[in-house]
Amino acid sequence: MKLVLNEELQFLKDTASNFAKDKAPVSHLRKLRDEDHPNSWDEGLWNEMIELGWTSILIPEKYGGSEFGLAGISVVLQELGKTLVPSPLFATGVLGVTTINQMGSESQKEELLGKILEGKITTALAIDEGSHHEPANTELTAEKNNDGWVLNGEKVFVIDGSSADLLIVIARTSGNKGDIQGLSAFIVDPSSKGINRRKVPTADSRNYANISFEGVTISVDKILGEVDGASDQIHKVLDFGRIAMSAEMLGNTEEAFAITLNYLKERKQFGVLIGSFQALQHRAAKMFCEIELTKSAVIAAMHAADENSNELERLSSLAKFQAGTTLHTVSNESIQMHGGIGVTDEYDIGFYLKRARVAEQIFGSSTYHKSRYADISGY
Amino acid sequence: MSNLENFRAEVSEWLKENCPPSMRTPMVEDEVVWGGRNAVYKNPESKIWLDKMGEKGWTAPALPKEYGGGGLNSDEIKILNSELFKIGARPALNSFGIWMLAPVIIEYGNEAQKMEHIPKILKGEIRWCQGYSEPGSGSDLASLSTKAEDMGDHYLVNGQKVWTSYADQADWIFALVRTGPKEPKHSGISFLLIDMADPGVTTKPITLISGKSPFCETFFDNVKVPKENLIGEENQGWTIAKKLLQHERNFISNFGLAAGGGGDGSKTKGVVGLAKTYLGEENGKIADLDFRSRVTEHKMKEHSFGLTLQRAGDEGGKASAASSIFKYYGTEHNKNRYELMIEAMGNKGFIWDGDEAESKEKAITRAWLRTKANSIEGGTSEVQLNVIAKRVLDLPA
Repeated sequence: MKLVLNEELQFLKDTASNFAKDKAPVSHLRKLRDEDHPNSWDEGLWNEMIELGWTSILIPEKYGGSEFGLAGISVVLQELGKTLVPSPLFATGVLGVTTINQMGSESQKEELLGKILEGKITTALAIDEGSHHEPANTELTAEKNNDGWVLNGEKVFVIDGSSADLLIVIARTSGNKGDIQGLSAFIVDPSSKGINRRKVPTADSRNYANISFEGVTISVDKILGEVDGASDQIHKVLDFGRIAMSAEMLGNTEEAFAITLNYLKERKQFGVLIGSFQALQHRAAKMFCEIELTKSAVIAAMHAADENSNELERLSSLAKFQAGTTLHTVSNESIQMHGGIGVTDEYDIGFYLKRARVAEQIFGSSTYHKSRYADISGY
Repeated sequence: MSNLENFRAEVSEWLKENCPPSMRTPMVEDEVVWGGRNAVYKNPESKIWLDKMGEKGWTAPALPKEYGGGGLNSDEIKILNSELFKIGARPALNSFGIWMLAPVIIEYGNEAQKMEHIPKILKGEIRWCQGYSEPGSGSDLASLSTKAEDMGDHYLVNGQKVWTSYADQADWIFALVRTGPKEPKHSGISFLLIDMADPGVTTKPITLISGKSPFCETFFDNVKVPKENLIGEENQGWTIAKKLLQHERNFISNFGLAAGGGGDGSKTKGVVGLAKTYLGEENGKIADLDFRSRVTEHKMKEHSFGLTLQRAGDEGGKASAASSIFKYYGTEHNKNRYELMIEAMGNKGFIWDGDEAESKEKAITRAWLRTKANSIEGGTSEVQLNVIAKRVLDLPA
């Protein structure tokens, strides 16, 4: 496994970089926020991403995709992360595709992956139920009766939950809270009777929903794969999501750092550029080292995913931890080094901080992944 | 079979025949081989192993064959290293000459100098030490004042060097000397090779906080050095000096990776093994959860750092500024590792001498103190951060 990008990946990355700069600078996010856009993402921009083939990146060739793998979609998300572009690409192109591809039956894959590829549907993975990520704590139940499956419970902080055309719901079909076994995945039409979706306004101005399920009845064929079948697969799906999110966070980090470095090179106080102060130089140099470490962890993790490495879980947690801790520091320092202008809404740097904290907790905080890494490593 | 597979088979076959049995066992401290005119081989197989590896040029596999190197490409070197690792082979030779000087002579030396010095370095015949720092010139190395006066056919060298590792056992020293006293400080320095056996060279060991050390002071009193021992041009030594420092930083930064052999699981190897031994285990986990958390963070940083070294290699090893990143991070990380090890050992971590602690435990105590110099030698952490800020991040002076 070489920790570099091949030409194909570099091309995808360059395309995404130009796209983000030309079509969706931070002003794009700002506009969506200011107009309180109902979806928090722009349909026209999303259609352009579909045109570019980004929904097909993770889809195997067998189902018509381009099979550029997790590395492919990760480098795209890294570039989109640099200008904080909101879109359904993560929830649909990574989570939707991976869940369906990992868990679905042959006919489900053909139907659903085809629709995602063509841009006909967006998806949302409904998994978390509490204030902290822990799949084993799933309590939402799915019980079988004569009409099919009946879902009861509550999901929170569902990414793209208020806009998705299709919900993939992780539910408990056996066992108890705290047990990773006994989980199944279901394909649910969000307009089904008994579903109440509430969009949650968040600091990062993206789309999240809390969703209640009250006696939601779905037909028997809406289970994704086997009964209790999600348990073995859910962490693999989440690891793909964690790595892709780490790539987005790396992009956020790189750009926040670049903006800050530029500021250090133009802002004068006491008659000199503030970037000449050693106190700031050393903090910048230390951040640079952490960013280099983060790049390495993210590249190693995304290649591990595509090579089906048995190090996937450990590298996924490493990447999410490294991206989380580095972004945490860089987002805070970016504000501090900007001084007063850094805390104004008019200036963009605050958007990076707001996205940073939300991304840090998605699918497990740095603490969660430190603990998971220790368990896997036998510490 | 591809060429590389063939190569792997050849290496494996050669090692089977030529690596003596005792050289496949973990290294013992007093059997480490540094070579040189006065080397004593406590284990005779060490000498056999050195000669075999030296003949193949595998003590410096990347260097050109014409100067006694292995002439291998990076893929072949990976294979050689993995085959050596597989059989647990000891390093045949530790050498400042290989790590620092040989690459610099290749780049800046003339043909005669290359033919004269490099083969002897690679075969372990001549042991080198480094004469850089002076009592008045530490981080501000370019202010050095050891002077070399032009006497026509030779230089007359007078002055003092400090922190010259193993100077008391080395045969030759590569030294920075001032040849242009009137030039600006960076432009009056030359890179000179000096035979330590020449009259007027004396050394005196330095004791560190760890109790002993390889460091010495080295004195030059009217030492005559032939002009053919000048590397590069007169007064252009600073460029060479900086290049050599990059090589030095690269090898010091490897301290950031946990030493091989034994792994973290064994009793006194690695910070996890120590934590489980001294702080106890609960359900296989380090019992002290705060300590477990801190150790995990340390190990994760180490993992990412190792991946970064790997990535730098995969990207083609753009040296210069990268060496400062690795030197800074690797040495700070190594200091942190030993702090964690000492903390894990509790009061066992402070036993200096005697029989109340095992020798491995006492070695950790000494090593903990020795690591404090890692972030000072070869350019302090602060100097590395300055280099990163200015050369990589392009921040204003």
